[in-house]
Amino acid sequence: MPDRLVRLLLVAAFVGLLLLLPYGLSFSQQEILVFLTINILVVSSYRLLTLTGEWSLGHVVIMGVGAYGSALLSKELGVPVPISMVLGALTSALVAYGLSFPLLRMKGFYFLIGSFAAGEIIRLLWKRFRDPFGGPKGIKQIDPMPDFDIVIWRFDFFEPVSYYYFSLAVVGLCLWIMWRIERSPVGLTFHAVHWQDRLAQAAGINVRSYKTMAFVIASGFSGLAGALLAHYIGTVNPNSFDIEQMVFVLTWAIVGGTSTFRGPILGCIVLTVLNEIVLREIGLEQGRPFVYGLVLILSVLFLPKGLEGLIEKAGQLRLTGRPQPSG
Amino acid sequence: MDSSFLEVNGLVMRFGGLTAVDSLTFSVDESMIHGLIGPNGAGKTTTFNAISGFLAPTGGDVRFRGETISGLPMHRVARKGVVRTFQHSTLFAELSVMENALIGTHICSPPSLLAAVLGMGRGAEDVAAERAREALEFFGLSEFSDQPAGSLPHGHQRAMGMAVALAADPKLLLLDEPFTGMNPEETERMMQLMFKLRDSGVTILIVEHDMRAIMGLCDRITVMNFGKLLTEGHPDDIRSHPDVVTAYLGSAYSAA
Repeated sequence: MPDRLVRLLLVAAFVGLLLLLPYGLSFSQQEILVFLTINILVVSSYRLLTLTGEWSLGHVVIMGVGAYGSALLSKELGVPVPISMVLGALTSALVAYGLSFPLLRMKGFYFLIGSFAAGEIIRLLWKRFRDPFGGPKGIKQIDPMPDFDIVIWRFDFFEPVSYYYFSLAVVGLCLWIMWRIERSPVGLTFHAVHWQDRLAQAAGINVRSYKTMAFVIASGFSGLAGALLAHYIGTVNPNSFDIEQMVFVLTWAIVGGTSTFRGPILGCIVLTVLNEIVLREIGLEQGRPFVYGLVLILSVLFLPKGLEGLIEKAGQLRLTGRPQPSG
Repeated sequence: MDSSFLEVNGLVMRFGGLTAVDSLTFSVDESMIHGLIGPNGAGKTTTFNAISGFLAPTGGDVRFRGETISGLPMHRVARKGVVRTFQHSTLFAELSVMENALIGTHICSPPSLLAAVLGMGRGAEDVAAERAREALEFFGLSEFSDQPAGSLPHGHQRAMGMAVALAADPKLLLLDEPFTGMNPEETERMMQLMFKLRDSGVTILIVEHDMRAIMGLCDRITVMNFGKLLTEGHPDDIRSHPDVVTAYLGSAYSAA
């Protein structure tokens, strides 16, 4: 029982830390914190897809589908904002389901290229059709999240701190759901589909439908992240979801390490801090693609399991160097 | 029902110009260990692939308990109770032994997404875990439950592959060269387990190169050569059958 108590206290301390975090930061750093929170959802949902062994280059565009969906629903049809976000996420999931029919006929490298092509098609549609997507300039003046009060705390969503708490709650819930999925028999089946698809089939697993399931769920969560982003910055355009953004997501995932749930989250946090705090301090923030490229190459060369591998090693050292069963 | 347990009727498998299996007809009776043998390239594994749904046959059909199963995708065939093992890729090396067995229980306890998120699947998960434990127990793998399957010694890995198949509750088990790389003791132990499986009501169709194992194990043997049926019968008859000896056994023994 004391073990349980310690765990509970640790979780409480962690949550407290997350809640207090924005108060030590400047206004612009608070804004970055909001983006970081949203990006954690993007990169974690990306990992859910990679559990089945498929790597997509369209994930950020699918996120954009959620952003556009939620923005249009609230702006054109007057759907109240939190509900439009959920509908935006569902739009992403639905689009992913449609795309799964051509895309999941392929695997590996072909899926990668196919997903890139599909993403570019969607982006071209946004650019081409000024009505309703607003063309290359995108959609502006997206309705913000309406303010509300909880007892004495006023959520004024112009304040990054309020939006941080809001996205923290949403992202926390999403991560919890993804965690549950991964630890369940469904998650085990995803692993089976990844490592031995023939053997999985012989065990009666419908490989295609499980890949579709992972793709749709991951896309839904990334769509929700897109919707969170859209109603925070108030504008979306096709270039906010281009391949450069996708490369950032890939870099977070690979540098963090995709073998565990926390890996990509870790990668996202470390690289964001590196970029926004360290590079900004020395006035190099324009060099982000260069630095990310360098970090990616170095981590592939020296940390094949990502930052996650470092933590594992540290844990093993602490346990008197005994090799630890992975879990 | 007058149709037999598994019927292969005029099965044809063609790959471009090559006819790997040429109108093969044979049947397997329930609760038997049935061997499928033949020299290299006789089309045994191809036949296996057609029965298990890994390949769709070019012609002919496969019936299981009167139902046509040829042309169905492999996971559907498996759900009908025809479960196969592979010569290679026999297990999920990255997962633990227990997790491997749990994947085998997929058909009996299909996982539910909703239950996973809401945490309501405990009952079904316990049933699946029990089933997986039984399968491991049967093949003597219980003590390795928490180890990564890839770290098991080779003989145990083969057994692991069969435990995954057994956890799927097969009516007909298709074993693709299960004795490959096993030492004589391991082979002997595995043969005893197969007798035990047969006596518990599982029918086994087996492709194997180890002649001693196959002769001692099978109730009935089908011999293939160049994609065609050569002969069929009791192991004693096969051993002394002149066609088989010329096609296969004689040369195989002298070469060994």
